[in-house]
Amino acid sequence: MTTRYYYVLRSSWLRLLELIYWPAMQMLVWGFLYTYLYDSKSSMASTAGLLLGAVLLWDVLFRGQLGFTFTFLEEIWSRNLANLMMSPLKPAELAASLMLMSLIRLLIGTIPVTILTWLLFGFNIYALGFGLFAFLVNLVLTSWAIGLAVTGLVIRQGLGAESLAYSIMILLLPLCCVYYPVWALPVWLQPLAWSLTPTYVFEGMRAILLDGVFRADLMIECLALNAVYLGLGFTTFILLLGSARHRGGLLTMGE
Amino acid sequence: MNNTIKITPDKNTRPATGALAAIHAPAEVKADAEPAIAVEDLCKKYGSHWAVDEVNFIVPKGWTVGLLGGNGAGKTTTIAMIMGLVIPTAGRTKVLGCDMARDRHKVLSRMNFESPYVALPARLTVRENLTVFGRLYGVPDVKTRIEELIEDFDLGDILDRATGRLSAGQKTRVSVAKALINDPEVLLLDEPTASLDPDRAEWVRSRLRAYQARRGATILLSSHNMPEVEELCDFVVIMSKGRVVAMGPPHELVARFKCEDLDGVFIHLARVA
Repeated sequence: MTTRYYYVLRSSWLRLLELIYWPAMQMLVWGFLYTYLYDSKSSMASTAGLLLGAVLLWDVLFRGQLGFTFTFLEEIWSRNLANLMMSPLKPAELAASLMLMSLIRLLIGTIPVTILTWLLFGFNIYALGFGLFAFLVNLVLTSWAIGLAVTGLVIRQGLGAESLAYSIMILLLPLCCVYYPVWALPVWLQPLAWSLTPTYVFEGMRAILLDGVFRADLMIECLALNAVYLGLGFTTFILLLGSARHRGGLLTMGE
Repeated sequence: MNNTIKITPDKNTRPATGALAAIHAPAEVKADAEPAIAVEDLCKKYGSHWAVDEVNFIVPKGWTVGLLGGNGAGKTTTIAMIMGLVIPTAGRTKVLGCDMARDRHKVLSRMNFESPYVALPARLTVRENLTVFGRLYGVPDVKTRIEELIEDFDLGDILDRATGRLSAGQKTRVSVAKALINDPEVLLLDEPTASLDPDRAEWVRSRLRAYQARRGATILLSSHNMPEVEELCDFVVIMSKGRVVAMGPPHELVARFKCEDLDGVFIHLARVA
């Protein structure tokens, strides 16, 4: 399956460009804001770096999920799903190939952008060191868990659920405290924020950038939660695939 | 040894049409041999609509059977349940002895299918598509198998072209080649020559006949092209409104309904239904 997706990527330079285009545009906008805040000597100047760090890490989560789901949508758009479902390909193998492609697309999209950010705005996210690795692992795992659930919904509901691929992450944006700490949320919303894995990553990032401390405790909790979410995501995927077989839409999906 | 196979069960009998009867299989087909495809009391209900209603038939190994019926007769749903893509509401389908609702992964590498309504990825070249599916089906030497298919299906000129840029006829050739990539024992074909001109359609039929003769494969095909069915099929199952309304060898059905050809049988049954 990975060969199949590699062939698709290879077939169009526009697709490769698109992987870099959106993150790059977003980074430019936030990068200039960072420059403005940094130079303004306002009280915000000391926290301007948080903004770019948050933008980059949010993009990892967002693009990871998009990469996973869009790779699958490719099968529906090309009306190839029935061919795959009729082949000996097992659901776990399909999921594994989507995970791998999500990672490859993510690396193609984000590595050039992080280098661009370093060159243009002097913000080196690699300075986060091992913390960055821990953040990336956790964000990618979360993106896969969400990608599995969304893909399951698309299999179950057909292209009517396609918009979820674009929009579901926006639901998380205010809750997982990307640009502000958890204490900024109303007290009653804070437990919900702590039930979301990205919250741990963004809190961890703030701990490194503001206090110079790597919060291993947060990352371990996050990893444990991710294991649960990944299990739930895969279970959802399998259950919705089974439900789609009952509903009978797999053969004609995409028409 | 009793080598009579009763393909039509009593449950499907519709006395009003008088269309159903037991048939006598050729001597070489043994009654106790496991069929390649078995459809048993198959039902599928969508909402309040029975898309498939108590359908029963078997396809002995090495036979070519046509599944016929008008639009909405339940052919595609039946084929989808035989492939395991749709779970039956009741009854079951078995391919090479495996229950397709539960154990389909045990036999999927030994079967394949082709339908003009399911496409191969348009951006991939013909070679890339065949390579991907060859690997998916676990073909031991994909390169050699593709070389064989290039020769059989005259794909040399289009091998490195994007599949989406091919003509309808070329796409069908590629789809049929994909369906044979794993040398399947059981082949399911949904209107294999739809959208082809008569010359190309005959060419595809000749390839299928050659494959079947070489491999001894079992073929279940749905088609609206009655001359094609008469030419290819040992036996036909005709469906209407989710039920089997007639089955038998094509010449026998033609004689039974006192029609000139299978087209006449089809039209007669459609009007009766």
